Amino acid sequence: MAVLTMTETKGKLAEEQEFSQAEKKIVYGTKDLNLWYGGDQALKNINLDIYENEVTAIIGPSGCGKSTYIKTLNRMVELIPVVRVSGEILYRERNILDRSYKVEDLRTNVGMVFQKPNPFPKSIYENVAYGPKIHGIRDKKILNEIVEKSLRGAAIWDEVKDRLNENAYGLSGGQQQRLCIARALAIEPDVILMDEPTSALDPISTLKVEELVQELKKDISIIIVTHNMQQAARISDRTAFFLNGEVVEYTNTNSIFSNPSDKRTEDYITGRFG
Amino acid sequence: MKYVDAAQVQKKMGTRLLANKLAKNLFFLSTLFGLIVLVILIYRVVAQSIGWIDADFIFNKLSTDPEKAGIMGAILGTLWLMAVVAPVTMVLGVGTAIYLEEYAKKSRLQGFIQTNISNLAGVPSVVFGILGLTVFARALDLGSVVLAGGLTMALLVLPVVVVASQEAIRAVPQYLREASYGMGATKWQTIKNIVLPASLPGILTGVILALSRAIGETAPLVVIGIPALLIPLPDGVLDKFTILPVQVYYWTTDSALVAEYANLAAATIVILLIVLFAMNSVAILIRNKFQKRF
Ligand SMILES: Nc1ncnc2c1ncn2[C@@H]1O[C@H](COP(=O)(O)OP(=O)(O)OP(=O)(O)O)[C@@H](O)[C@H]1O
Ligand SMILES: [Mg+2]
Repeated sequence: MAVLTMTETKGKLAEEQEFSQAEKKIVYGTKDLNLWYGGDQALKNINLDIYENEVTAIIGPSGCGKSTYIKTLNRMVELIPVVRVSGEILYRERNILDRSYKVEDLRTNVGMVFQKPNPFPKSIYENVAYGPKIHGIRDKKILNEIVEKSLRGAAIWDEVKDRLNENAYGLSGGQQQRLCIARALAIEPDVILMDEPTSALDPISTLKVEELVQELKKDISIIIVTHNMQQAARISDRTAFFLNGEVVEYTNTNSIFSNPSDKRTEDYITGRFG
Repeated sequence: MKYVDAAQVQKKMGTRLLANKLAKNLFFLSTLFGLIVLVILIYRVVAQSIGWIDADFIFNKLSTDPEKAGIMGAILGTLWLMAVVAPVTMVLGVGTAIYLEEYAKKSRLQGFIQTNISNLAGVPSVVFGILGLTVFARALDLGSVVLAGGLTMALLVLPVVVVASQEAIRAVPQYLREASYGMGATKWQTIKNIVLPASLPGILTGVILALSRAIGETAPLVVIGIPALLIPLPDGVLDKFTILPVQVYYWTTDSALVAEYANLAAATIVILLIVLFAMNSVAILIRNKFQKRF
């Protein structure tokens, strides 16, 4: 390998240092993860570490396994009977694929926001109070506080504070999605998984959700699947590029977009940018 | 060269249009047939019952004297019967539906049970009567009381409730379950808080339709041995009883002896129809009122 000039070395080091500077903690470690739907392998040898207080974006063409991966992180894939998994996913150093790991426990720490807003056919208040109630909080005063805090956290409080008892289905799509984020926040999660949370939203609602994500990462870690390159570039710290069930490239967002190391990543990104 | 020959098309046009008209009229006649029969039926029954339905008829006890005879006993019997059938079918039917839809999904056992529930729905009601007679009336030694009749009837209409509840539960979108599971809810919490409330209208409609069927069934209760002439009013599930359609059955059978019994039977049918109509209206009201938007 050619000898690097002094400045180049310095630059590289500085970049690396800046990146791993704070000794960020790993929230999720994925080790040799394979997943099959019946006989079809959807995830192949995934090795991926996800860091605390970061936004991690997952990009890649349709059908490459993004949703499958994110749904494995809270074991939602188990709802599909034909799914088989091998490998390890360490959440806070414990293997969640271990039989003894209680899935209810995991999902109490790891919230999820889905592609299509899916509020319950209940009042706005009941939607947000659902999680805390499930976990045994009955005290009206505490519930009220949680509801307000979560709705504020999801930047929707001002829009709904006067209609908390109205049915959530009366909200617009963008409001419903922020309500779903509030609902996820109400259980005070450590991580939130988002599967294309803005794909059904208009640009303004999208912007609101993006701002929200930036705000939320101060306290929690966020993993977001998106088809929108600009979105990934705008809001994420790290980006993983998936292709055919494999991770092609995983690094900090700036370098993946400005200087992708794999030809396939470059093709995908530039193709999208046109 | 053209494949569609205009002259040929013209030649066939007449027959095609004729067949079209014929089809329409045929289907109209089919509908009309059922309608006419129904109208005649209702007309005859109502005509026969005129002058016979009054407060005495409704509130009196049964009597061999047509002028004094009333159907309070049969009305109470019907109500008591429903008081047994409704909770029993509801608990067993909804429980079975939840098990099949939420727990036993896709297993071999589920297929087996499913097939048998469909088969059960096709078993003649008289057979259920025999079952009720052997199991509830004789083996459990209940005799021909409300409880025995109610349990028999509950089994008879169980498939209706199971199938209706299954459909209602299946109609609850998967994304609502996912949202609930995603927050760490257990399966039972999800069923209790999300699935059941959302499917309640469908389930209740099924229950009421099942009750409407139960209220009109005669054969199984006749087999169990409902007395032809029962004067005391029932006031508990362990009393002997009679019900409206069975009363109709005995009065019709005996109308050869006393002509007025035919009028009493007609009057009872009118009351039964009114009750049925009311129950169906309630079913429709529930469906419309509680229907949720998804
Ligand atoms: N329930 C399922 N049963 C069988 N195969 C499935 C199922 N869900 C997904 N797959 C397959 O797994 C692969 C990955 O699907 P996945 O939904 O994870 O893709 P994705 O990257 O999220 O795509 P998109 O961007 O379109 O959402 C696809 O080939 C898909 O056909
Ligand atoms: Mg997807």
